Amino acid sequence: MRFTRVAVAATAAALTFTLTACAGEDAGSGGDTGGAAKSFAAGSTMERLNKAQSVKVGTKFDQPGFGLKGLSGKPEGFDVEVAKIITKELGIPTDKIEFVETTSKVREDAIVNNNVDFIVATYTINDKRKERVAFAGPYYEAGQNILVKADDATITGPDAFKAGDKKVCSVTGSTPAENIKTYVKDVAAQVVLFDTYDKCISALDGGQVNAVTTDNVILLGYIAKNEGKYKLAGDNFTKEPYGIGVKIDDKDFRTFINDTLEKAYADGSWKKAWDDTAGKFGAELGTAPAVNRY
Amino acid sequence: MNVLIDKFDVFAGGFWLTLQICVLAAIGALILGAVVAVLRISPVPPLRAVGTAYVTVFRNMPLTVVMFFAAFALPALGSNADFLRLPGLDVVFTRLDTDLPYFRFALIALTLYTAAFVCEALRSGINAVPPGQAEAARSLGLTFGQNLRYVVLPQSWKASIVPLGSVIIAMIKNSALIGFFGVVGDLSQSADQLTSAEGYAFIPVAIGISIGYLIMTVPLGALLDRIERRQAVAAR
Repeated sequence: MRFTRVAVAATAAALTFTLTACAGEDAGSGGDTGGAAKSFAAGSTMERLNKAQSVKVGTKFDQPGFGLKGLSGKPEGFDVEVAKIITKELGIPTDKIEFVETTSKVREDAIVNNNVDFIVATYTINDKRKERVAFAGPYYEAGQNILVKADDATITGPDAFKAGDKKVCSVTGSTPAENIKTYVKDVAAQVVLFDTYDKCISALDGGQVNAVTTDNVILLGYIAKNEGKYKLAGDNFTKEPYGIGVKIDDKDFRTFINDTLEKAYADGSWKKAWDDTAGKFGAELGTAPAVNRY
Repeated sequence: MNVLIDKFDVFAGGFWLTLQICVLAAIGALILGAVVAVLRISPVPPLRAVGTAYVTVFRNMPLTVVMFFAAFALPALGSNADFLRLPGLDVVFTRLDTDLPYFRFALIALTLYTAAFVCEALRSGINAVPPGQAEAARSLGLTFGQNLRYVVLPQSWKASIVPLGSVIIAMIKNSALIGFFGVVGDLSQSADQLTSAEGYAFIPVAIGISIGYLIMTVPLGALLDRIERRQAVAAR
């Protein structure tokens, strides 16, 4: 008696599950994906996400042009658009994306702890990070540069900090902050770090620092916002390939994202995503960076 | 847990800087807090109002806001807090003298904020002195200053030492904020750097900085317990 009841309940549950799964797929194929039903290898991340019809994407909420959550409450920017391209390819409508703020310091932990399915957040690929997460892409190659006041002719590149009298600001825990430390004479006396770039800009305005340094695209956002007030000092002096962070052992998902990126390069959606977002600041897109299938 | 060994110099450097600012801010807060406490109990109403206003403002404002004011409003008002570049002190506390003023800004914020609590701790000690003592001193013809110096403060000191210690412990913990307002290389900012730029796992780093703070706070707490016990014996 008892056994039958359990069996019935289990059958009912299984049935409901199948039905919901079907309904989900229908909604997906009928929605943004343009009619093509998606099928993925059983057990893969792609299949799981497609079945769930929802995806959690980590991005930044404070980077104009890449990931910025303004008063509208919806994050916008190039990273957000790239996330949408990938989501679409997964057969999930873009309004089913849940964007999670992943600041620089929590990105690896967010992936390792399954808080997000993937991360698009001006995430520079480097070997240290590869020990804990894996990267698809790169989908963009930025470079570190220096922002100074428009009338400042004394700083033309990172070497200007070697003399020890110029001070520079960046954000705690960022790659640019680490990079610039190799150019200064005395870290304690020349480098100031805040939690956001806005505070660095305040420090620059107040005269406590002479320059702000980070990736060129972020700086261009500030130049665009304050016409004629700031300028870039010289050329990019590093290469920062932005990748998409996934779990370290999820090779299938990585390959899938890489395929998606190459498709987006070819069909123009990658360029359009750029033109609609960071491209408005006058930043160069350049040629599509070759994805690194390691 | 390798990070604790690999990056021992980072933790040690962070500890040293945090300790420096805590020592300076504690000295500053104790002096300023004592002054404010004297204002609050002074017989002159305008001075009393100043003391009360000070405590009301700084006890009720979040420390982040005080830090924000120090780091961004002071420069806007044209001050880099150069008056803190005290000759002599800068031999040990080298950061006081750098052109980057954020160490000094953080010191000002931490001192102003903690002083309000120091004042209240002292005042609670003063209230613990039986009013008859002060009245007797007055009737003997002692002035307000003499009364404080010879009768009230020596007794109130005993009653306020434990609350004062708690205030200083709270201040040491509060100092974790300075890393987010421009001070490079203290414990909390170093931890931030290790986890985000260098990608170390959060938990071992958090354990490392916790140890750093505990080294500063636990012995202080133990010392206070001892003093309290000694006082209890003395009072018997």
